[in-house]
Amino acid sequence: MPGAIHAEGLVKTFGDVRALDGVDLDVPEGTVLGLLGPNGAGKTTTVRCLTTLLRPDSGRAVVAGVDVLRHPDTVRRSIGLSGQFAAVDEYLTGRENLQMVGRLYQMRGKAAKERAAELLEQFHLADAADRPAKTYSGGMRRRLDLAAALVVSPPVMFMDEPTTGLDPRNRQQLWEVIQQLVSGGTTLLLTTQYLEEADHLAHDIAVVDHGRVIAQGTSDELKARTGGERVEVVVHDRDRIAGTAEVLRTLGKGETTVEQHTRKLTVPVTGGAKLLAEVIRELDGRGIEIDDIALRRPTLDDVFLSLTGHTAEARPGAAEDTESTTDTEGAVK
Amino acid sequence: MSAVSESARTVASANPFARAVRDSLIVAQRNLIRMVRIPEVVIFGLIQPIMFVVLFTYVFGGSMKIGGSTSATAYTNFLMAGIFAQTVTFATAGAGAGIADDMHKGLVDRFRSLPMARGAVLTGRTLADLVQTALTLLVLAAVAVLVGWRVGSNGDTNALRVLAAFGLLLLLGYAFTWIGALIGLSVRTPEAATSGGLVWLFPVTFLSNAFVDTSNMTPWLRHIADWNPFSATVEAARVLFANPGESTSTAWPMQHPVWASLIYSILIVVVFRTLAVRKYRSATA
Repeated sequence: MPGAIHAEGLVKTFGDVRALDGVDLDVPEGTVLGLLGPNGAGKTTTVRCLTTLLRPDSGRAVVAGVDVLRHPDTVRRSIGLSGQFAAVDEYLTGRENLQMVGRLYQMRGKAAKERAAELLEQFHLADAADRPAKTYSGGMRRRLDLAAALVVSPPVMFMDEPTTGLDPRNRQQLWEVIQQLVSGGTTLLLTTQYLEEADHLAHDIAVVDHGRVIAQGTSDELKARTGGERVEVVVHDRDRIAGTAEVLRTLGKGETTVEQHTRKLTVPVTGGAKLLAEVIRELDGRGIEIDDIALRRPTLDDVFLSLTGHTAEARPGAAEDTESTTDTEGAVK
Repeated sequence: MSAVSESARTVASANPFARAVRDSLIVAQRNLIRMVRIPEVVIFGLIQPIMFVVLFTYVFGGSMKIGGSTSATAYTNFLMAGIFAQTVTFATAGAGAGIADDMHKGLVDRFRSLPMARGAVLTGRTLADLVQTALTLLVLAAVAVLVGWRVGSNGDTNALRVLAAFGLLLLLGYAFTWIGALIGLSVRTPEAATSGGLVWLFPVTFLSNAFVDTSNMTPWLRHIADWNPFSATVEAARVLFANPGESTSTAWPMQHPVWASLIYSILIVVVFRTLAVRKYRSATA
């Protein structure tokens, strides 16, 4: 049975650029899929296709059991969208924004009013409810935008880079809100450039690059592909590199790499903290002085690098500009 | 959520027309709230036509010959229909800029992801602009009376005819906001919508009978001016106000200005509303 969000072979071209080159996705009900990729990978275009804002050139998509291309209006009743930049009217108060959205979801005036009050409370905006949204901080605006997407408690949510541009404290706050939401059973598709964010929020991660899903799995599965843990040692004395390498060769589970200029040695290991202690004892026993030692687990950055050959951070000259010329996405700032 | 509570919470939307009207009014309300919160827009919208009234009246007034008279009062009476018409058309730039701004800020994405009637965002915007235009006309009419404008200065008229004149002017303004809406949807930034929304208005409003008698123009120019949809409304208002300077042209719109004005304006609404709504759906879809 297909999931709450299901896409097959989505293709979308803008002029010469193939923004989506056959995207396949499946998000089981009640789970979170993190769509991870650099700028221009096709994340936003995917979200726009799934939320009826953009018609794909070919492919099929079903959201909340409804065909997106055939019955877009029915799909719109079951989804909430929170965009890359807070789409609220800044001259309306928080309350007015939410009431307007509620009424446009065809709620009655009274129901929209009650729901707005509820959401303002829930998103810690009650104190600012009757101030124009332009007086809100960045974090407050994001929360208001998210609240607007949740007015009808849609079973399926889409969030396009919900925390881009937020400071760490606001990001943490927004993460908590999202986690609460998901624990209530909402299916969520979330795009992000932040590896940490996908790791933190998503059950499943789909890595996109050049308009295609190049890998999908849980965070652990993806990390396992890159290889397991490693021990990293920085020796104090350049002369002791050889001796250290010898220790790592006996205790490690693979080839030791050595960076001469930083005096850093890395070796894949199994056994975690216990092995780390053993390495330290052994080096100490040989009187090798170390500046730094750490057990490193692979990050999604490593995953991305090993899958694509480049890191997930923004690439210069990426195709996002091409996307933005066709619509309102222009704010890749 | 049970079916019972669902029906208590949501509006029955069996009738798509009723839904379109409701959605449009919700959007119009939003734009009117903005207008109240950003009164500068309304105020600057007023200053320009008031300046035109004062400048044209006192600078050109003495040297213009209208209906055989060179009196400044005759020119003021002639001029006002033109200034009113120009004022309502200048509102189009605001509509375009507003819509471009909504697109730019992602609000249009928000609206388009909601289960609302498709044309409602644009209709709501144009309705709110109509309210603003009506307010502007009211203030401008008061200023005009202060500088000497009088209806019935060149024949008989009555309240109904004066109201009809303002009705035609508002209809022209409404029609032109749809052109502005299309411009707003077609450009990339609100700034471009503002300048793009204004630049074409100068030839349209000046190649007309608004400020001068077209009989003094070279024949080909006069032809354009006499058939200009904008001229038809100016002429209609002038006739209904019973102000001097009625056109002597034999062109059909000048002979039947009220009908011409109605037909032109409705035609513009139909054509540009269709184009704008289509653009709204496909520009971002």
